[in-house]
Amino acid sequence: MVKKEYLDLYYQMVVIRRLEERAAELYQQGKIGGFLHLYIGQEAVSTGIISVRRPEDRVITAYRDHGVAINCGVSAKEVMAELLGKATGCSKGKGGSMHLADVTKNFWGGHAIVGAHLPIAAGLALGDVYQNQKAVTICMFGDGATNIGFFHEALNLSKVWNLPVLWVCENNKYGMGTAVERASAVPEIALKADAYGMKRDQVDGMDVMKVRQVAARMIEEIRAGGGPQFLEVFTYRFRGHSMGDPERYRTPDEVRKWQQDDPIGIYHNYLLEHNIATEDELQKTIREAEEEVEEAVRFAEASPEPAPEDLFKHVYVSETC
Amino acid sequence: MAEMTLVEAIRRAMDEEMARDERVFIVGEDVGKRGGVFRATLGLYEKYGPERVVDSPLAEASIVGVGIGAALYGLRPICEIQFADFIFPAFNQIVSEAARMCYRSNGEWTVPLVIRAPYGGGIGGGLYHSQSVEAFFAHVPGLKVVIPSNPYDAKGLLKAAVRDPDPVLFLEPKKGYRLLRGEVPEEDYVVPIGPAHISRPGRDISLFTYGMMHYYALQAAEMVAAEGIEVEVVDLRTLAPVDRTTILESVRRTGKALIVHEDNLTGGYGAEVAATIAEGAFEFLDAPVRRLCGPDVPGVPFSHPLQDWFMPNAQKIADALRALAAY
Repeated sequence: MVKKEYLDLYYQMVVIRRLEERAAELYQQGKIGGFLHLYIGQEAVSTGIISVRRPEDRVITAYRDHGVAINCGVSAKEVMAELLGKATGCSKGKGGSMHLADVTKNFWGGHAIVGAHLPIAAGLALGDVYQNQKAVTICMFGDGATNIGFFHEALNLSKVWNLPVLWVCENNKYGMGTAVERASAVPEIALKADAYGMKRDQVDGMDVMKVRQVAARMIEEIRAGGGPQFLEVFTYRFRGHSMGDPERYRTPDEVRKWQQDDPIGIYHNYLLEHNIATEDELQKTIREAEEEVEEAVRFAEASPEPAPEDLFKHVYVSETC
Repeated sequence: MAEMTLVEAIRRAMDEEMARDERVFIVGEDVGKRGGVFRATLGLYEKYGPERVVDSPLAEASIVGVGIGAALYGLRPICEIQFADFIFPAFNQIVSEAARMCYRSNGEWTVPLVIRAPYGGGIGGGLYHSQSVEAFFAHVPGLKVVIPSNPYDAKGLLKAAVRDPDPVLFLEPKKGYRLLRGEVPEEDYVVPIGPAHISRPGRDISLFTYGMMHYYALQAAEMVAAEGIEVEVVDLRTLAPVDRTTILESVRRTGKALIVHEDNLTGGYGAEVAATIAEGAFEFLDAPVRRLCGPDVPGVPFSHPLQDWFMPNAQKIADALRALAAY
């Protein structure tokens, strides 16, 4: 990795953080409606994994997707505009927070039905097998998804058919407000991969460099034809499940303890300790990230709403139906 | 032209499409080595190999989910659900995923997917091998729902479905797999998705139906013709998006309408046809719109007499036509 790449990861993580902090403000101001699930605290997970994918490797995730979109290369402008439901958003206002997507970036979307995108990920990977392509499908989901049928069907089938999928469970310890050990018979989620004879690993999701290293190895093993693998990433969301979550299920002490392991802070210290960047350079990177986010907010707020006739567009491919 | 059964025509359609387009493949339970429970895919595994006729785990949500993913990728999957009764584990994938992808992505993602499923009663299958499921799916914008009533249409409609850029649920009347026979051209042709077909013209009553019930509707029309009642039989063929024009034009000619399906009455597809007529041809009606449907019971019971009481048939349809003619 060259210095620019290190700083780029830092930049991405800060953009995600600032973008979501601004989104939370806009939500409080009533400018973003509906539901808003923040990724704050989990930035190192998608930043690390997606940093080692090749352009042909596709990414598909659940509804907590703002960070994943940014890491895949969707601009902060398009993400923020989508959060505001504007015509300039990456889903032209039809999707909103949970349904960001941009196929040109090989980002196959946020998906709001828990676990439902796992069989679809397997199908995308089947496409690569069918067409003799060497791409890997990276499918991300939360710990809650590992208790639903889709998860088990998709893991089983991916192994039986030797599909090139990296299954990534972002274990942030709670499925909404229910702790993993209260919902999963096997609270050590990675063990579920054993039921499907699948190679697995676990990694500290607060450390972007560790995530990168493990993901890089797994992705290349999968690309080499070794079949699907399962990665459990230990992480924590610093905010509620969505805006307006009273968070009765966890204590402020627990949240504070995890916030000491801030993924941006850990990486900040890493870059300083390894003499990769100076404090001044990092502060400059933060300012640049903030500027991009502020520009995105201006762009989103100034953007037009979708036109009423857009309601009826794209129900079918052929509009004549 | 050769005479074929319905299931042979369906097999022929898949065979021709697989030969024409390498992106077309079949996935489902026992579709490969076994050739399918109703032998719809018989011989295709031997001809095209295990990569293109894929035996799946017994997991409907994944059969459809994988089909969606492969369709997004650019392939042309044909997913087989062994019985329409087994489609409900895949309901989310069909309704929330397949039907919505084009809309949520503003046309960027397309799901050229066909889901084939044998539906309907009359074969002693009992509660879980006899259901008609069309009403659940015809309700869903973004999804196309097609039901053939004869071998010619089955081949042409299935080929059209494979080539269609949108997800198509193709429901096959399983009682008709070997019962329904007809001339089927050897050559390539499609029957377009969308238009209904007037299979018997008549001036007194419009009879709207589809699938297996079309077979009995023609028999009933023949029975009452001897009594001087001329019935126009309209085979809807595509339930979604429906051909409202043909429905309304027929009723405007006849002034009376009977809708027949074996799915149960309440909230059934016939209600949509009746509403279409009420909205678009009210002033042409000479009688109330009538529906002859399966009864509102939770499933088709097993016992033969119970099953017979459940199912509409030519006699029941003829009686309904006579009552409507006398109104």
